[in-house]
This record gives sequence, structure tokens and C-alpha cells, in this order.
Amino acid sequence: MESDQRINKTALYLTFRLGEELFALDVFQVREVLDIAAITKIPRALDFMRGIINVRGTVVPVIDMRIKFGMSPIEQTLDSRIVVMELDLDGEITVLGALADSVHEVMELEANQIEPPPKIGSRWRTDFIKGVGKRNDQFILVLDVDRVFSADELTRIASVEREGAMATDTTGL
Amino acid sequence: MDTHQTAYIEEAREILTELETSLLELEERPDDMELIGRVFRALHTIKGSGAMFGFDEIATFTHHVETAFDLVRSGELTVSSDLINLTLAARDEIRKMLEDHGNRSEEDQQTADEILINIKHLTQGTKGEKAAPENTSKSGSPPPKPRAPLPEVKGKLATFRVSFKPTPEILLTGTNPILLLQELAELGECTIIIGNEAIPPLTEINPELCYVYWEVILTTRSGENAIKDVFIFVEDCSEIRIDLIDEDLDPDDDTQHKKLGEILVDRNVLSASELSNCLAKQKRIGEVLVEANLASNDAIDNALAEQNHLTKVRQKHKDHAETSTIRVEAGRLDNLVDLVGELVTLQARLSQKALRENDPDLISISEEADRLTAELRNNAMSIRMLPIGDTFSKFRRLVRDLSKGLGKQIVMTTEGEDTELDKTVIDKLNDPMVHLIRNCIDHGIEMPEEREAAGKPPQGTVHLKAFHSGANVYLQITDDGKGLDAEAIRAKAVEKNLLSADATPPESELFALIFAPGFSTAKTVSDVSGRGVGMDVVKRNIDALRGTIELESNKGTGTTVTLKLPLTLAIIDGLLVQIDTGFFVIPLTAVEECLELTRQEARLAQERNMISFRGEIFSYISLREMFGCKGEPPPLEKVVVVEVNGSRIGMGLDSVIGQHQTVIKSLSKVYQNITGLSGATILGDGTVALILDIPQLVHCAEIERRGG
Repeated sequence: MESDQRINKTALYLTFRLGEELFALDVFQVREVLDIAAITKIPRALDFMRGIINVRGTVVPVIDMRIKFGMSPIEQTLDSRIVVMELDLDGEITVLGALADSVHEVMELEANQIEPPPKIGSRWRTDFIKGVGKRNDQFILVLDVDRVFSADELTRIASVEREGAMATDTTGL
Repeated sequence: MDTHQTAYIEEAREILTELETSLLELEERPDDMELIGRVFRALHTIKGSGAMFGFDEIATFTHHVETAFDLVRSGELTVSSDLINLTLAARDEIRKMLEDHGNRSEEDQQTADEILINIKHLTQGTKGEKAAPENTSKSGSPPPKPRAPLPEVKGKLATFRVSFKPTPEILLTGTNPILLLQELAELGECTIIIGNEAIPPLTEINPELCYVYWEVILTTRSGENAIKDVFIFVEDCSEIRIDLIDEDLDPDDDTQHKKLGEILVDRNVLSASELSNCLAKQKRIGEVLVEANLASNDAIDNALAEQNHLTKVRQKHKDHAETSTIRVEAGRLDNLVDLVGELVTLQARLSQKALRENDPDLISISEEADRLTAELRNNAMSIRMLPIGDTFSKFRRLVRDLSKGLGKQIVMTTEGEDTELDKTVIDKLNDPMVHLIRNCIDHGIEMPEEREAAGKPPQGTVHLKAFHSGANVYLQITDDGKGLDAEAIRAKAVEKNLLSADATPPESELFALIFAPGFSTAKTVSDVSGRGVGMDVVKRNIDALRGTIELESNKGTGTTVTLKLPLTLAIIDGLLVQIDTGFFVIPLTAVEECLELTRQEARLAQERNMISFRGEIFSYISLREMFGCKGEPPPLEKVVVVEVNGSRIGMGLDSVIGQHQTVIKSLSKVYQNITGLSGATILGDGTVALILDIPQLVHCAEIERRGG
């Protein structure tokens, strides 16, 4: 929709690390941060869909954003966490957990500290990034999670990978 | 929209459904006065409450339809199929008005107007309408020979005690209490008692003050509000009390009147204990009669027994009417079921812990709790159960309209209307049922001439039947039409590449092909069905309900479609199994038996994709392989034999843990594209197990195999 929707007010962000990069997420979308518990794998699901966990009686899917962003899968360490967030998927509030290498802090970013993402030459798909903040010479990528996990994104990749998976499966049979 | 309006819409929807049923019955028995009365009352209620809650459009529209039925009631208009058609159309229109309250399109308005013009046309020939063409027949000249002088349908007859104590100064405001009393007297039959104790001696009287009060016993149909309205302007300067003393008076019923003593107690003249003291002194009528030798003791006892009986019956009837139903929002019930689900999960944890601790006290507590939870679960589930009958009666209209449109003569018969199903299942059943019934009418039942030529009665029958069996509910849709044409299906299947040209599958497999996507044998695309999307969608819907669909057909005599559905979608009994490190639940209804295979046998089974057991050969699917498990397989593989679409299939897995009460949690929307799983559940120790969707899993395996 409004792809150049600017961030125009001061807001609180939760920062977390994926590999070398620092990401930020609007705290209003964060429900809680959990230690990594047993993740139940879903057979025949895509790689970045790591499985589901039990959060006090509800089933919450967990995804690996590193794979989603084309990085190597997360290796579980003592610092690894699951950030449970609320997304707006096609007008429906969906709860989702995302694996992070580590979770840092809640910080305030002024609107003028955040710049629109560079259109070219970025490693990142710019439509997933709302803006780039800067603090102590460290870039902070402000995520547009609604878009990262939009139904479009999920089904598009699902169909591509399903075909791939089917092809390899059938050769095995 | 305020809560009253929402309540009105709810209520009106229900009334409209009843109205439809009554109208369809009326079509069959056009002389039934009771049905006519029912239709009239339904329309009247919709109109009356519609006007009250600001649905003026509905009120005005319904008014004209009501007028027509008022004429029918008074015998001036006969029930014709035109009238039924128009009223049904009007019903649909009212329903539409309800749905889009306040923003009606021009087009809708036109349809409504057309219906009204047609209805007016029908009523014009009658006397009542001639006398007052623009008004109801009520204000017109009364019908000359009222067939059954039904009372005004305003409300129940009730008796009120109205006590009206004006302040002495009331006359100063220019109010004349006499006029108020007269107004009250117009509402119904009334007895006015004047209270004049306060009148002082003549010398002390101030003629400008009012010294008296009144008590009025009023029997009326107008209700309390009408009484209050009378006193609306004097409320502030007088004391008004309105008590309901008797309701729903039946003229034949003489036992309901209050006794003198009771009335005195009600009026605080004497206390209940004083009354009973006095009554104790009084002799009973029976004793008096016996003493006077007018009746024998036995005769009195018999008469008393009869009296007791009557009182009891009446009381029972009353209790029943008072406590029959309450209306609860569906969301609250869903909440309750969710909570019970959590309790079941917690209970699983408790039992596990109790068994591990091996403490007899704890085990007995856990067992007790287990029993209660199971009972609570059954109770909570039963609240959501609804009889299928309401859904059946919805189809009556469908059958009527479709058969008329196609020029066929079809009646619908039903059986087992009170079979109960979970509300969520019923809601999701509607579409597939509509489709199946349409198919019966469009493709199954022949034109009347064709039927007669085949030696069948011209009128075709669609029979709907529901019944319970085990943990399943079966729904059968049977028609006595021409049956499926095996050859046509074959030809079509070959044409659509669903079947090779030289294959000769048995009939049952051939029939199953009509559920394949994109299959439709109708030669021409009709209005009713045959758009190529059909049976496959039905099958998918039924699969989603974890049900199965079966088809049986004999050429020339008809077709039966049987739907097998689970009782509920919220909590099921499952078999907990393990594959590699993961836990899975297989719905117990699908499970037939469990076997064991040695590693050697398992390898063979995998190569051949089948196993032979007890002389029977059936397909085999290794779930380890299908789920891409990499771990070391166990020395003895377990096979759970399941039944899918009538054939047996062995599912290879690592171990069977046991039966498990499974609370179904939906997988997130994120996983909506995953095949073979219908949900997840939380085990006693907090780990998550996945619920296998067996039919889908088998289907997937078949596709993958075919692809290879």
C-alpha cells in the first residue's frame, strides 16, 4: 500500500539481533519475550517455519527470520529468545513467535533519527524495512513485520517451495 | 445500533424462519385456521416491534402483507398459491431489509414495491379492502361473517391492581381525576373502589383539596405500559402503584381466582399467620358435607384427588413454560468450551503426575477430578448441540423453489430431525447440503412425464435422514430419481483424463470420481447446478469437518449420498502416537487396529507400498518417510490401520502411546497451507502434539506416488 509510509513520531522500539544486524520492532506489536522452549516441528513445512510452541495453553507458530532474510539458520545459544508478536495478517490479528539471536532493550527513537531505507544497493528487501535508525554508529533496521509475514509472502514462498519439495520427494519414491 | 435493535433483529430472524415453515405448511393445508393464525401473528409481531425499534420501513412493508392475512383470517380471502408465493417473497424481502438496515438500494425498493402491488391486487376484490382501500380492514367495515372472532392479538389478558393516591393539591393543577379513571376504564373491564376514610367533617373541608384515593381492579390486554401512560401527567403529584395480580386468564379456568383471605393478605389488611389461624378454625367444605350426610367420605376423597391432579398438571405446565429456554450468545458457549478444553489439558497433567508419584491419595483425587472433567466436558458439549431439524426445514423452501423453477414435482420428506449435532458442524454443513440437494433435484429426479413413462409416480421424493451411530452422525440424502449413469461418468472421466480409456473400475470407484475437481456430467450448464464446481467442493467441505462422504446409486431407482460426520469439532478422542521425536494424534474414529512389523517386514512394506495381514492386503504409508524423519527407526515398527473412504490403509510409525482426550487447537493462519494436519493439541507435560488429518494425508501420499 503506502510503501513510503514515513515514520513521523517518536516511538518505543524493542531491539534484537539477527546475526550481525540490529533490528527494531515497535513495542506495541510485541506481546512478550520468551526463553526458547521445546519447539514442535511441523512436518512438511517450509524451512523458515520452525514449528509451534505452547504459550500458556495456546499454540503459537515460531519462525526463523534469519532464514526468511536469507541468512544461515539460527544456532541456538544461551542468548537465543523467542519474540512473541502480534501481526495484522489480512485484517486478522495473528500471534507469531520469531527467533532472535539475542534481545537487547526497549529504546526510544525520535522520528528524525530514522531515515527511509535506501532504495538500491541494500542487502535487505527494502519493502520489509520501514526505516533505518542510527545510534552510536550502529545501524538499526526498523522492521515492517506485518509485511514480512503478510499472507502474500507466506503463500508465495510456500507454493514455490512446495513444488520444489514435491519434485525431490517424488524422485525418492 | 443499540442493543434493543440487535435484539429485534435476532428475534425477527427467528420469527421469519418460523414464518417460512408455517407458510410452506399452509401451502399443503390451506384451510388450517391455526396455521393462518400463526402466519398472521408472525407478521403482526414483526410489524409491531419493527415500528417500536425504528425499523419503520419493515413495519410499513409488513403492514400490507399482514392486511392480506387479516382478510384471510376473516374468511374474505382464500389461501392461494399466489398468496403463498407473494408472502414468501415478502418474507425474503423483510429479511433483506433486516440485513441492510438503513441502506437499501433502489433495486431492492423496487422489488418490495412490486410485491406490495401484487399483494394489493390480490386483496382488492374483497369487501374489507373496498371499504377502506388505503387502510387495514380493522378500520374498515367489519367483515360480515367473521369465521372465528379471534381476539385482538395485543397481549395476554391480565388483571392489575392500580392504586391511585393523588396529593390533596392535585385539583389545583387543573387535573380532573375522574377523567383519568374513565380513561382507565376504557382499557378493559374494571372495578373502581373509592377510599374515602380521609374525608374530614364538612365544616373542615377545603373544596379545593382532594381527600379521596382510588383502587382500580382492571382486567386488560393492553399491558402495564398502557396503564402507566394514563397517569403520565400526574406521576409527580400522586402516588401510583400498579401490581399485576393475575395473568393469562383463561375463561375456562375457574381455579385460578384468588381466595378472599389471600386478597386480604395481599392488601396488607391482615398478616398471613392471622389468616391461617382463622382458617384453621374453619371447617373444610368436605367435612361439612360429610357431617350433613350429603356425601360420603370416599366421594369427597375422590373429588379431592381429582382436584390435586388438576393443580399438579397445571403447575407442571406452568413451570415448563417458565424455564424452557434461555438465549445465550454463541461466543460465550465457545468460551465455555475453550475453558473446559483447558481443564481437560490440566487434568491430563494431574493424572500423569499422580501416576508418577504413586501416591494412593493423590491418585484417588485425580480419578475423581477425571470423572468430573469428563462429565463437565460432555455437558459443555451438549449445550452446543442443536437438532438438525431446523436445517432440514430450511431446505424445504429450497426444494419447493427449485422444483417449481424446473417444472418438476418434488416433495421433501425428513426423518430424525431431532438428531443433535455441534453448532459449528451444523453451520458448516449448510453449503454442502444445499449442493447435494440441488444435485438431486437437478440431475437426479426426472420430469413428471419421464417418470410416468418409467412406471414411477410423477411426484419425486427427496428424503433427508439423520441418525447417530457411535461417535458419528450420519446424514443421508436419498432421491428416487434416475440414478447415476455409470457410462456417462466413465466417458467423462476418460475425457478429463481422470481414468485411462481401457480401465474398468468397479461402480463404487467410478462413482467416487464425481468428487474429483472439475468433474460435472450435466450436459448443459443450468441455473441450478452443474457449473463444474460442485461435488469436489462438497467433498472438501466435508473433509474439513473430518467427515466422509459415500455414494450409492442404482440406475433407474435413485441415489443415496451418506455423510458421516463427527459429533463435535472441539474435543475428540484420539490415539497418541510417536514418530521419531514428534507426537501425533490420530482421531480414534478412523482407527481400526494396530499391528507390529519387524524391521525386515517394514522394509518390504515400504518397497511394495502395501502390507498383507491376516490374509488381507492393504496400502501402506510410512509416516517416517513422508515426514522426512532422519532418526534411527525402532526395531519393531507399529502400524495403525485406518479406514479412509471405505478402504483400509496402514500407517507406519514408531510407537503407539495410547488413547488421549484431545482438545483441538487450530494451527495458526501461518500454517494454513500445510497439508495432512488438522490442528494441534497440548499434552499433559506441555508439549505440543499435532493432529493428523488422515484422509488428506492419504490423498497427498497418493498424489505423490502417482507423480513418481
